Amino acid sequence: MNRRPATGRKLLDLAVRVAASLAALAGILALLWILGVVVQRGFGALDLAFFTELPSPPGSTEGGLASAILGTLMLTGAATLVGVPIGMLAGVYLAELGRKSRFGAAVRFSVNVLMGLPSILVGLFVWTLLVVPFGGFSGHAGAVALALIMLPVVARTTEDMLALVPNALREGALALGTPRWQVTLIVFRAARGGLITGVLLAVARVSGETAPLLFTALNSPFWPASFSEPVSNLTVTIFQYAMSPYEDWQAKAWGASLLIMAGVLATTVVARTLAREKKR
Amino acid sequence: MSLEPVVGPQLIVTPRPFVAERSNGEADALALERPKISVRGLSFYYGKHQALFANDLDIAERRVTAVIGPSGCGKSTHLRVYNRIYQLYRDQRATGQVLLDGEDLLAPSTDLLELRRKVGMIFQKPTPFPMSVFDNVAYGLRLHYRLSRSELADHVENALRSAALWAEVKDTLDRPGLALSGGQQQRLCIARAIAVRPEVLLMDEPTSAIDPVATSKIEDLIEELKEEFTIVIVTHNMQQAARVSDFTAFFFEGRVVEFGPTRRIFTKPANRQTEDYITGRFG
Repeated sequence: MNRRPATGRKLLDLAVRVAASLAALAGILALLWILGVVVQRGFGALDLAFFTELPSPPGSTEGGLASAILGTLMLTGAATLVGVPIGMLAGVYLAELGRKSRFGAAVRFSVNVLMGLPSILVGLFVWTLLVVPFGGFSGHAGAVALALIMLPVVARTTEDMLALVPNALREGALALGTPRWQVTLIVFRAARGGLITGVLLAVARVSGETAPLLFTALNSPFWPASFSEPVSNLTVTIFQYAMSPYEDWQAKAWGASLLIMAGVLATTVVARTLAREKKR
Repeated sequence: MSLEPVVGPQLIVTPRPFVAERSNGEADALALERPKISVRGLSFYYGKHQALFANDLDIAERRVTAVIGPSGCGKSTHLRVYNRIYQLYRDQRATGQVLLDGEDLLAPSTDLLELRRKVGMIFQKPTPFPMSVFDNVAYGLRLHYRLSRSELADHVENALRSAALWAEVKDTLDRPGLALSGGQQQRLCIARAIAVRPEVLLMDEPTSAIDPVATSKIEDLIEELKEEFTIVIVTHNMQQAARVSDFTAFFFEGRVVEFGPTRRIFTKPANRQTEDYITGRFG
C-alpha cells in the first residue's frame, strides 16, 4: 500500500491550533482592553467626594455619586432578597421534586426562555405592571425587575448544582427514614459551595443592569429615602452622564463604570474561589 | 430513655403458601416457618422493562441471607424493594407482596419513614452526609427519637462501638465524616443505620468499593450484627456469601432460581444454573 505523507495533516493541525489560540487570545484581549480604558478614564474621577457627596449640577467639579452607590446596593439587595429564595425553590423543584415530570420540563423551558429574554423587555413588562398603574417610577419596580432577571439564573444554577450531587446521597438519607424535604437540606449542604457561587454570579449580573431600571427605578439626584419613589442608581447615572455634553459628568460616568466593573470582578473572583475550594 | 418509636396502623396479611414452581421447579425450595420477611410474587418494572419475575423468598429472622447471581440478574433491584427506596424514581414500580412481620410493606398505607427506620440499608458506595462523624450517626436518632443530649451521645457511642469504629474516631467525632477512609466511611454508614434500632439491615454489595482489610472487618461485623438484626446481603463475591451467610438465594434473569441453606447451595446445588454460577462457569 502507498503511504500518504503526513506533512499535510500536520500543517492542517498546526493551522487549527494557531487559529483557535488566536481566537482565545481575542477573548482575553477584549477584557484587558476594556479594563484598561475604564481604569485609565475612570480612575481620576474616584476621589473622596465621589463616594460621599450627592450629585452636583454640571459644570461644578464638586459632588459625587454617593446616593447612586447606595441606591444600587439597595436595589441589588432588595432584588436578591426576592429573587434568590424564589429562584432557589424553583431550582429545588427542578432538581429534586419534578426532575422528570412534565410540569418540570415546562418550567425548565420557561426558565431558559426567561434567561435569554432581553433585559429591556423585563423593564418594559414591570413598567406596565408596577409603574403605570401606581402612577410613577419606584424603587419597588426596579427591585422587582432585577429580581425577575435573577430568578431564572438562580433557578438554573441551583438545579445544576443539586443535580451534581450523586443520587447515592439522596438514597442514603431516604434509607434512614428522612422525609424528602430534609433530604433536600442534606443535598443543599453537599452543594453549598456551588450554590453560593451561583448566587454571587447572579448578584454580579444584575448589579450592572441598566435597561430594566430605565423604566422602573429610573434615577434620582437625592439620597434613596423610599422605594416608593425613583431611586438613584449607578447604571442609569452612567447612561445619563455619558450621554450628556458636560465633561465633568462624563468623567463621573467613567468613574461609576470603573466602580461597577471592579465590583463585578471582585464578586466573580470570590465566587470562582469558593467554587474551586468546594472541589478540593 | 424512650426508645419506643411511633408505630403506624398495622395491616396484617397472611402470606399465601410458598409456590415452589415459581422457583423454576425447585421443589426443594425452602419455606421458613416464621420468616421475618416473606416475598410472594414480587415483580418489578423499570418503566416498561420488567426486571423481576414473580420472586418468592423467605428471609429468616436474625440470620444472614445472601443474594447472589450474575450482574444484572435483579439482586439489587430485589433488595431495594424491601425499604421501597426505589420510589425515589418515578418510573420504577413493584407488584406482588412483601410481608414484613406479616404486614404488606407494598401497601399504599405503609408509613415509609417508619418502614425505613425498621429496614435500614447499607449501599455499595459509602454515603456519609456532609457533616461531622457525630452528626452523621446522630442524624437518624434525632429524626426518630426524642433524646436528651447525654442520651444522644450514649446512643452515638454505642452505635459506633457496634460498628467497630469507636476506637478509631472517638477523639475526632467533630471531624467531617467525609474525611474518613473508605472502609471507615462504610462502617460509619453501618453505625448510622443501626443507631435507629432497625430490625432488618439490607446490604447492597457493602464491600465492593473498599479494600480487602476493610472488607474482612465488615465481614466480622456482619457476624456480630446478626445476633441482633436480620441481614440480607447482596454480593458479587461468592466466597463472601459462603463465609457470612446462613441462607443463600441464587438469582438469574430476574428470577429466584434456587434458595436454601448456604452450605447446601454451595455443596449440593440442585439447579444446573446455580452450579454453573458458583463453580465459575459463567457470571
